Amino acid sequence: MEALFFYLLGGTALVAAVAVVALRRVFYAAGALIVCLCAVAGLYLLLEAPFIAAVQVIVYAGAIMVLFLFVIMLLDPFAANVFPDKSRRLRLLAPLLMALALLALYAMLRTYRLGGAPGVSAASSLERLAETLFSEYLLPFEVTSVLILVAIIGAVVLAKRRI
Amino acid sequence: MDLNHYLILSALLFAVGAVGVIVRRNVISILLCIEVMLNAVNLSFVAFSRYLDQVHGQIFVFFVMVVAAAEAAVGLALAIVLYRNRRTLNVDDADIMKW
Repeated sequence: MEALFFYLLGGTALVAAVAVVALRRVFYAAGALIVCLCAVAGLYLLLEAPFIAAVQVIVYAGAIMVLFLFVIMLLDPFAANVFPDKSRRLRLLAPLLMALALLALYAMLRTYRLGGAPGVSAASSLERLAETLFSEYLLPFEVTSVLILVAIIGAVVLAKRRI
Repeated sequence: MDLNHYLILSALLFAVGAVGVIVRRNVISILLCIEVMLNAVNLSFVAFSRYLDQVHGQIFVFFVMVVAAAEAAVGLALAIVLYRNRRTLNVDDADIMKW
């Protein structure tokens, strides 16, 4: 059952990711990315990480992708953005290089074996996640708020009419 | 299910995203492909978190998401500025910093 869901969700994520790369219209590519993100959220559920799955759907597929779609619509994708991509040589070379890298990675993974998943996952409990986040990772957590503030200021300054 | 299954899927997703970053010339397409790559990394973080039974992987995914949100906001603002000043989204046309 788990294998069925894994292959279903993994296949969906992979096909959607290929669509993100292959589709010429950015608007459709963003739609494919939403499908990909939701499939990966399903994989998180399969890995017993319900909090991460929820955040993935709400923050990623929700907030970030809406931001993308807003900008795409603002820039009028159906009129301006369709232009031929990089040279044919690069287009053939890049997948070849990636296939080579994957082959090397596969050779590495073949020798790497980790036992099966523990039956009951302690890591899936939300209490433990929150406890670790707000004790061990408290400083990084607070620093992210500064990061977000800087990003907000940066985005506002950049998007202002005159700089 | 094996941990390796998840790692291989994650590697495939990452490779697809990386090919997109190299091949595509549209700024927004490149940003979308970067999101695919970040997701692949998140997937292997969560898979390791499950199979090593540690919560740290999920916390790292949380931080990666925060950084991805900030990156998307600033990156899209840059795309808007580029379009406003150059009337293009092709990264090959934005080459005044290139020697």
